Amino acid sequence: MPDPQAAPTLPKVATGITGFDDLTYGGLPAGRPTLVCGAAGCGKTLFATTFLVNGATRYGEPGVFMSFEERAEDLAANVASLGYDLDGLVAAGHLAIDHVRVERSEIEETGEYDLEGLFIRLGFAVDSIGAKRVVLDTIETLFAGFTDPTLLRAELRRLFGWIKDRGLTAIITGERGDGPLTRQGLEEYVSDCVVLLDNRVEDQITTRRLRVVKYRGSAHGTNEYPFLIDQAGLSVLPVTSADLDYAVPDGLLSTGIAGLDGMLGPRGFHRGSGILISGEAGTGKSMLAASILDAACRRGERCMAFVFEESGAQIIRNARSIGLDLGAHVASGRLRFEAARPSLFGLETHLARMHRDLDQFRPDVVVIDPISALRGPSGELQATLLRMIDLIKVRGITAIFTTLRGDGSLIEDNDLGVSSLMDAWIKLQNMEANGERTRTLYVIKARGMSHSNQIREFLMSSGGIQLVDAYIGPSGVLTGTARLVQEAQERAAAQQHRDATERRLRDMARRRSALERQIEELRAGLEAAVDEEESLRAEDTARGVTLEAEQQALIARRSAAE
Amino acid sequence: MSDTTSDGQAPEADPDRDPDRDAGHYHLRLYVAGQTAKSVAALTNLKRFCEEHLAGHYDIEVIDLMQNPQLAAGDQILAIPTLVRRLPSPLKRIIGDLSNTEKVLVGLDIRPKADRP
Repeated sequence: MPDPQAAPTLPKVATGITGFDDLTYGGLPAGRPTLVCGAAGCGKTLFATTFLVNGATRYGEPGVFMSFEERAEDLAANVASLGYDLDGLVAAGHLAIDHVRVERSEIEETGEYDLEGLFIRLGFAVDSIGAKRVVLDTIETLFAGFTDPTLLRAELRRLFGWIKDRGLTAIITGERGDGPLTRQGLEEYVSDCVVLLDNRVEDQITTRRLRVVKYRGSAHGTNEYPFLIDQAGLSVLPVTSADLDYAVPDGLLSTGIAGLDGMLGPRGFHRGSGILISGEAGTGKSMLAASILDAACRRGERCMAFVFEESGAQIIRNARSIGLDLGAHVASGRLRFEAARPSLFGLETHLARMHRDLDQFRPDVVVIDPISALRGPSGELQATLLRMIDLIKVRGITAIFTTLRGDGSLIEDNDLGVSSLMDAWIKLQNMEANGERTRTLYVIKARGMSHSNQIREFLMSSGGIQLVDAYIGPSGVLTGTARLVQEAQERAAAQQHRDATERRLRDMARRRSALERQIEELRAGLEAAVDEEESLRAEDTARGVTLEAEQQALIARRSAAE
Repeated sequence: MSDTTSDGQAPEADPDRDPDRDAGHYHLRLYVAGQTAKSVAALTNLKRFCEEHLAGHYDIEVIDLMQNPQLAAGDQILAIPTLVRRLPSPLKRIIGDLSNTEKVLVGLDIRPKADRP
């Protein structure tokens, strides 16, 4: 058995459609016809046109557009809004457009015929510009123009064979029927590659999806992938991939709020992590996110904010009230707001847009505010968020999600949590006490780092967000005015205590000086006593000397008398 | 090409028309692709047919798309063989080898000789 890895891979032709070439590992099968089918308005013609235009402009492969429905000028007008200049390409010889008009009323069948004319026209168009790509849009129209389906089928089979023989990479579009993929069962003839476009409406919201039904001789992504048609053209987004083998970027992301950084062991969040900010209305989620954005932009990083409830301008205005000039960051191109109502698109489309925007803008930090605004069936929501988180993490982007639900769940009365998907979780809470509310903040979790377990009060002022240590005492946690009162009381008590101590110190000083005075007096008395003693002693000695002298004198006198 | 542009506005099969004007002139163009059996059959049928019904006021132009493929798009040719009635207007396309006489007559708006006054 040959090793499938070693086997030569099927040659492919890139369509240049973002995402589609990825999920088909290279594009459409080269030199073979591909069937693109879908209901009306699915984007078949646009898909085919994009294939041709990209071929002509990017890959140097001229193409022939054989239109059975739209006239060449209509076709050109339809795609002009996407920046495709069909007329210019035709003039430059990169594109040939042949409008095949099939009008049943003008045709009378009078015997045997074949569709050699179609072959000749196609062949002529291909040869005139050296085309490598061909689009037949929508060839099923032929079934309306000719009465003999057996002959048509035989001719179509011959046509597809002819395309293969000529080595042309072709897209054949087909209208989707009820049962089979196309009304006329074209998939029977074009069996190499079948792409199904779908436009599904759920809850009044349309989501475009694309699926590669089959791809003979090649692996391909098998899921339904959302795709977008907007001013940037057509892009398919393989967002269902949810691998967990992404690289983790190094480094820390400072939140720009000193107090919050201080609550985290390494003084910031790990880069590339998902940070959930939960809190009820008015707890300051958006402003906290805005502070982080501002700090990142100041460091020169690129930031992107997907906002679902406010416009970018409104957030800029609101952030100005806390002294953040987000408008300057937008002007400098470091910050981009993508505002859209959640109900504007389906979840898939939101994801798809996000996918495209992330790849276009390549931000370092992304804010999604709030994820709780996204609506949909819970299972789908969970899957969407999971993919959204993967989408961001795979790119090494730090993501900040805000949610209105205090418990981190997506929907009320549902324990469907996103918190387990997040690396860090900051909870904002309004504490109500003493007739007032105070904003508090605490870090519930922060994977891979130590963090403070304390509740901090935070203040929003024109100077930004500041964190204040909450009062935690025997009577519980006190915040706001209560904290101020308590602090004042404590200050007063301390003052009293200081005063009392000083008073006692003064007393002691007084007593000491009194004692010292007494000691002085006593010492003076002692000295006086010593003096007296000495004088007495001297007197006494003097008297003794005198007595002896008198005695001597007496003796002397007595002896003289004898 | 004949210079009967004014005939374009008039219904060609109008029996009240002046027969001297070239109103009934048939300008026919047969598209073929090489000398296939169908092409040969179509040309044979057409000639026979015109002689029978349009003797004197028709001309046939045969275009071989194998030699002039660029001409196929102009007359919106898909099927081969295709007979295009350029004049009288409106333009009509008749496809096939013209073996079904009934349909060719209907397609060309020709009344069989027997019906003519």
